[in-house]
Amino acid sequence: MDISGWGRYPVIEAKVDLPQTPGSLVVSGKDSLVARGLGRSYGDSSLAAHVLDTRYLDHFLAFDEETGTVTCEAGVSLAEVLRVFVPRGWFLPVTPGTKFVTVGGAIASDVHGKNHHVDGCFSDHVHSFRLMLADGKTVTCSRDENAELFHATAGGMGLTGVILEATFGLKRINSAYIDEIVLKAANLDEVFGLFAEHQSATYSVAWIDCLSTGDSLGRSLLMVGEHADDGRLELSRKQGLPMPVDLPGPTLNRYTISAFNTLYYNRVQRRRTERTVHYEPFFYPLDGIHNWNRMYGKAGFTQYQFVIPPESGLEGMRDIIRRIAASGKGSFLAVLKAFGDANANHLSFPMRGYTLALDFRIEDGLFPLLDKLDAVVHDLGGRVYLSKDVRMSEATFKRGYARWKEFHDLRVRYGADRVFNSLQSARLGL
Amino acid sequence: MKKVLLIGATSAIAEATARRFAAAGDRLFLLGRNAERLSTIAVDLQVRGAEKVHHQAFDANDFAGHPDLLQKALDTLGGIDVVLIAHGTLPDQKACEKDFARTLAEFNTNALSVISMLTWLGNHFEAQGSGTIAVISSVAGDRGRQSNYVYGSAKGAVSLFLQGLRNRLHPAGVQVLTIKPGFVDTPMTAEFKKGPLWAVPDTVAEGIVRAIDKHRNVVYLPFFWLFIMMIIRSVPEVIFKRAKL
Repeated sequence: MDISGWGRYPVIEAKVDLPQTPGSLVVSGKDSLVARGLGRSYGDSSLAAHVLDTRYLDHFLAFDEETGTVTCEAGVSLAEVLRVFVPRGWFLPVTPGTKFVTVGGAIASDVHGKNHHVDGCFSDHVHSFRLMLADGKTVTCSRDENAELFHATAGGMGLTGVILEATFGLKRINSAYIDEIVLKAANLDEVFGLFAEHQSATYSVAWIDCLSTGDSLGRSLLMVGEHADDGRLELSRKQGLPMPVDLPGPTLNRYTISAFNTLYYNRVQRRRTERTVHYEPFFYPLDGIHNWNRMYGKAGFTQYQFVIPPESGLEGMRDIIRRIAASGKGSFLAVLKAFGDANANHLSFPMRGYTLALDFRIEDGLFPLLDKLDAVVHDLGGRVYLSKDVRMSEATFKRGYARWKEFHDLRVRYGADRVFNSLQSARLGL
Repeated sequence: MKKVLLIGATSAIAEATARRFAAAGDRLFLLGRNAERLSTIAVDLQVRGAEKVHHQAFDANDFAGHPDLLQKALDTLGGIDVVLIAHGTLPDQKACEKDFARTLAEFNTNALSVISMLTWLGNHFEAQGSGTIAVISSVAGDRGRQSNYVYGSAKGAVSLFLQGLRNRLHPAGVQVLTIKPGFVDTPMTAEFKKGPLWAVPDTVAEGIVRAIDKHRNVVYLPFFWLFIMMIIRSVPEVIFKRAKL
């Protein structure tokens, strides 16, 4: 069967197992196996000769109405968690920009959200999980039990074993709506100032125009939000729209994207707009268009997401955006966010500083540009997100993730290096 | 709160439908072949909001055991408002062509076991004078094709049986719903190459719940199969027999 990540590049032929029970899952006898949830990591981290598709391991196992603690199989999607628990007044403690990821994937990618600066990563709300190791044995991992495995597996890109089930805490809400403030920033200085000013807001993220230059370099819309308190706990009734065909590759180019960005920026008239929106458009603006990944054409695309430390933040970010603008590549809806502190997981991506994520259509000249950006990012002491990556070099990876050796040694100790390998892990020398 | 009996509850479509009943706070009784999977599904449905979930493993081909089994489900639920029959297998057509014993086994599972249960359920619902009997048949039952006419004729028998039963139970005020899904991406069809006509189980489940609510008689899911099957049924046999379908 042909499979690819969300970026639709590369496409590979793989043998896909679809276990219907955790008991029917077999990991032994394979040397290139990786578990895969909904395939939303952009690059090649869920690609291997053998793929374990967890789509049918999607059952809830327990829920505590008092504490909001839920236990479920790893294939349960965040969309299902919301569908089941929002009407009862509970919300995900942390959610990435799409709800179409599984709980197992959220742990393996150690996903973050718009509240990273206050609430950390998804895994920071995970109490424990059950992990099938390379020898077929299943162990429970938490901060107290098999703690090392816990910290290697959270953010470990599926390379320590197969996450079978997890227990994590939900957060109480009194509304499915978000009180949102949209703030207009004319350039990068302003948006950095606004992030600092709103650092106590629960949710914050900025859309940034990476193609504008000069005085308006880094013009942005900062969106900050708090859960509303109006008692409305209904799910959104809006149905998603399909994207039935691939757009021709050149549809998105510097002119169309630049025009879109200008329209998007100027759509917001006032410097400050307050509104109440449902959580769906606030957290998942792109989930409304199924298969939006077809927008970049048949060749596919990649998302480049990096983080740089706060001390180099403004100048470093300005330098990087200038290079992207000069290249004429880059996407609409580039996203800028201020991160809080890193957690204790070996390969977790977030660390205190600023992160920027933007899409690039796969085309000639892209990877050399990204190599150059890698160099700048790492000179500033930053790193690139593995869940988005499809092309980073081994040297770059090892520079950005200082604890890679510790992770690698653990893999060897548990025999994971002989079973759990993805295209990405082979490329990165893990 | 409805009292719902799901037969073949571990099938992907039945499970997706059960999740919708659970979310509505219904009381459920699950029958399925695999006890381990049934108990996992039961816990899941309980978490999802079902009022109460009962379950029991069963063998669809033990026809003699059906009356006791259905009586037990009825007693446990305290009545049945909706029954969904969803169990089935996808026969290996080529193997059936070589060996009648396999064809017979497939007919037992896909047609006769359903008819056996419908006989008991039909009488119960007629006496009760209300409720819904929903059965998953298939678009494959609309016309025989060389690639899967064993499955098709078994489902066709179910569709015709339901048509007669609907006619009989109409005066009693009982809804008899024939569900005809097209291609659905489930473990049963894991080996097939998927294209744009394929639907996920949840889409079919949504259609089933809607068809029950709207008291429909026959429903194609997703809806566009109605048009596809209209065309397929209307091709004259002289031409159809030459087709490689």
